[in-house]
Amino acid sequence: MTIDRREFLKVSAGAAGAVAVSGLAGCATYASGNASPNVVVVGAGFGGSTFAKYLKAWYPKANVTVIEPNDHFTSCPFSNTVLAGINQMADIELPYVHIQKLVDTWVKDKVTAIDSAKQTVTTAGGKTIAYDKLVLAGGVELLFDAVKGYDAEAQKTIKHAWKAGRDQTGALRAQLEAMPDGGAFVMSVPMAPYRCPPGPYERACMVGSYLKKAKPKSKIIILDGNPDVASKKGLFEAAWKKHFGYKTDNSMIDYRPNNQPKAVDAKKMVVSTEFDDVKGDVINVVPPMRAAEICGMAGVRDGSGGKWCTIDYRTFESKVVKNVHILGDSALTNFPKSGSVANNTGKMCAYAMSEIFNGRTPDPAPVVTNTCYSGTGMGTAFHVATVFRWDEAKQSLVPPKNANGVSKEESELEGAYMESWAKNVWADTLALPESYNFTAKG
Amino acid sequence: MKKSLAVALLLAGMAGAVATAHADPRARFMAANCSYCHGPEGKSRGAIPSLAGMDQKYFVEQMKAFRDGTRPGATVMGKHANGYNETEYAAMAKYFAAIK
Repeated sequence: MTIDRREFLKVSAGAAGAVAVSGLAGCATYASGNASPNVVVVGAGFGGSTFAKYLKAWYPKANVTVIEPNDHFTSCPFSNTVLAGINQMADIELPYVHIQKLVDTWVKDKVTAIDSAKQTVTTAGGKTIAYDKLVLAGGVELLFDAVKGYDAEAQKTIKHAWKAGRDQTGALRAQLEAMPDGGAFVMSVPMAPYRCPPGPYERACMVGSYLKKAKPKSKIIILDGNPDVASKKGLFEAAWKKHFGYKTDNSMIDYRPNNQPKAVDAKKMVVSTEFDDVKGDVINVVPPMRAAEICGMAGVRDGSGGKWCTIDYRTFESKVVKNVHILGDSALTNFPKSGSVANNTGKMCAYAMSEIFNGRTPDPAPVVTNTCYSGTGMGTAFHVATVFRWDEAKQSLVPPKNANGVSKEESELEGAYMESWAKNVWADTLALPESYNFTAKG
Repeated sequence: MKKSLAVALLLAGMAGAVATAHADPRARFMAANCSYCHGPEGKSRGAIPSLAGMDQKYFVEQMKAFRDGTRPGATVMGKHANGYNETEYAAMAKYFAAIK
């Protein structure tokens, strides 16, 4: 395996000196701009990989270690196209070899403990790695215990497919292929906030596009924990009407708000809400979620009753533990938990950190963006786009006037842009060369 | 391997080819914001236009047109153009124009 030769430990004795630099952070520590601080990144998704790439570009002297358990990247954005049959799993799996060449050390392992007082990270393989700055980019932890009966055995049958992979997205696609015409696909939407706000509604479109062609008598029952469609409501409802007969007697989509799954029975194939027991031929329950396990280990899940991590918007440093920065879905912000946001906040954190390492103050008023496309599975897509700027009074990043909005309507042009977005964000995140041959289609 | 790559990147920056190592950090970051749609260093791999090497005056004019809603067929860019000011348009234009 190509990464094995990179699995060496650069810390040990040599790192002791560098670790001594940290302690009391503050810009004075790095005044020379000559330090080689140890920066440990946990998780090489949209946030972590992007951060590592940009920090090495903007402060090449940083000694960057990335810890990631998977041997390749699997994209959650675009994974609904696999359920539609538009793409195969291989089309949304991308290599880590290019980003691995840009960082100092790549450790293929899982983090099992974080000591934020000693500033060390321990892996399942028994390595202990010291850091001056720790970047946690672990996405979300799914809370199966919150749904009665959703145990390890039930998880063999009922897939969440909210972390893309062959055993989730791939398995759910196989279940849909095996479902008889006239079957019921029962899917759920967790209570906000959750990873990828429009994702469940896009999933209904994507699965619908497949069923419409292959099994037109089938139904899609959406059990939504929220009181209403939580993202791009007008656009999704229009797409459901246009393509799937929504709000007619023959609607393929049966949308049920305020219907949070409370229990599942994988043997009887039933999802229970407060009101109903809903039987499905294929069941897809996305459980509630919180910031990734590693955030719990570091003691930074301080917000929303211990679910998410509060951060300083200008540096993404935890508000409760020094030198721990949290990216992407784990952070408690007013950004949507999207791939674009994880990618761009990875850059924002790299920008702030490179300024600190150069002995400068991080940008006091940064600006960052989100652009998120949702596909219908019918060749069209639509967007939400937002620019967030620092607001001193609110101590937050908020959209200026007219800098937040959605498409007027779905279009083929935006379908093409969605495909282009995927290729460009994958290239940006994973440092894919210009010659890289993408196979995914929009 | 990785060291030689890092050195190559650094040298490229010094030569101004990538404009990474010495650009104004704020401009560099704002330009990087664009790359998830327009491609790393503004070089798009798909239907979304590349920004690398774009004429500075054209870039600024288009951003103003997006902001004012006068550019036909605009999709996401109206929102993005309203999130930045004209000084920032110019800084991003300069950054992308310098990329070969």
